[in-house]
Amino acid sequence: MAAMEVRLPVARKRVAQSLALAAGESNKHLVAPGDIITTDTGYMRGHGTYMGEEKLIASVAGVVERVNKLICVKALKTRYNGEVGDIVVGRITEVQQKRWKVETNSRLDSVLLLSSMNLPGGELRRRSAEDELAMRDYLKEGDLISAEVQAVFSDGAVSLHTRSLKYGKLGQGVLVQVSPSLIKRQKTHFHDLPCGASVILGNNGFIWIYPTPEQKEEEAGGFVTNLEPVSLPDREVISLLRNCIMALVSQKLILYDTSILYCYEASLSHQIKDILKPEVMEEIVLETRQRLLELEG
Amino acid sequence: PPSQAALSQHGLSLQMRGSRSKTLHDRALVNCQYSMATFSTGERKRRPHGDRKSNEMTQHLKQTFEAAILTQLYPRSQIDIYVQILQADGGNYCACVNAATLAVIDAGIPMRDYVCASSAGFIEDTPLADLNYVEEAAGGPQVALALLPKSDQIALLEMNSRLHEDHLESVIEAASKACKDVYAVLDQVVREHLQEVTTLLGE
Repeated sequence: MAAMEVRLPVARKRVAQSLALAAGESNKHLVAPGDIITTDTGYMRGHGTYMGEEKLIASVAGVVERVNKLICVKALKTRYNGEVGDIVVGRITEVQQKRWKVETNSRLDSVLLLSSMNLPGGELRRRSAEDELAMRDYLKEGDLISAEVQAVFSDGAVSLHTRSLKYGKLGQGVLVQVSPSLIKRQKTHFHDLPCGASVILGNNGFIWIYPTPEQKEEEAGGFVTNLEPVSLPDREVISLLRNCIMALVSQKLILYDTSILYCYEASLSHQIKDILKPEVMEEIVLETRQRLLELEG
Repeated sequence: PPSQAALSQHGLSLQMRGSRSKTLHDRALVNCQYSMATFSTGERKRRPHGDRKSNEMTQHLKQTFEAAILTQLYPRSQIDIYVQILQADGGNYCACVNAATLAVIDAGIPMRDYVCASSAGFIEDTPLADLNYVEEAAGGPQVALALLPKSDQIALLEMNSRLHEDHLESVIEAASKACKDVYAVLDQVVREHLQEVTTLLGE
């Protein structure tokens, strides 16, 4: 009989303590809820702070950021705050009149209007009553989509559009949910990695990993999902990438195409399932970190 | 004071969900749910939903966090706090509050201050902070106090039986001292975590 591995949970060591000591006291101003940031009344109150008895007090745990007279506290983890032009991955939660409700890790559900998407076929035409009735044929509850932020409403809710052949319904693949603060803002968030899979790094912290489509043109803007079985090697690459992203997230490394690719290369010597072991995660992420530092020079 | 312990699992989300009628247009709705695992007490018991003690606890948690979270910043949303007691050694309410505070801070939801809770009792003419299961079962008067430690404001104060007015002050004093000790521990953990994550991200 094969030996079975038994693991007992222990308290995790704080990685950064030694790092921080080595680098000397960091000059960042860290605060926790209730901390007084300043008693000077000449400052303006930004996000993450509130006024109490003429004092500026932090309301979240995070780093104090000062821009001239404005003081904000940026929390480590938050829900996604939409910005126009962001690429997001989301899940349809509701079909309503002329609109879909989309869950995008934001505080309120986002909306995708029927009028702000290209209908199948791609041609531009007026949306008729038949289109409204057929909405559930295009996208139904539980479907995943990639989209771009078109507008942000005053209450923080987000309106999406899929008016480009890049966006649309997502077919077969794996969704990984991470904190939005770990996604690096880049020119493009769609990446075809050389290892045989593609990723969409949504600004909202939703990451979609899928096999690289063979012919791009035909796939684009499609509402027809390709249900051909994905080959085993492709599935292995996708699982490996997924585990690599989990490892990077556990060590709080910023996610973008290069960091993911380096982590993937560092993990090749391990079995896919072993990557999630804490000691392996630490090892491969350390290697990734070093290679990224070398790249920066 | 002896041990208490009782840890919890919690889900926390900030989202408008479910019944539209409950949505508040000027602030966020705080939705708490308290439960006890079947294996948490000495005697294995199945508690179906709607157990009276749990409902009361749920209400208390809701009141506590409505006082602490800056709910007016998030109109039309809902904050869900789910806590489950895994091991009940006394001070269930306090353990829930302390754990949920950490969860709320971790989620980056704005709060006035930490909320720290502790219980206190009065046994044999002595005020006793942080009661364990045996002391709770002894049946003396019991006070549960949730405190915003930096501003010394009380988020919730509850007493389960009668206590002479002369003793009340000393009992509350004992409880708030314990709250501040809890605060010191929580604050240290939060700051260590902050330090760690910012150094890792800062590279």
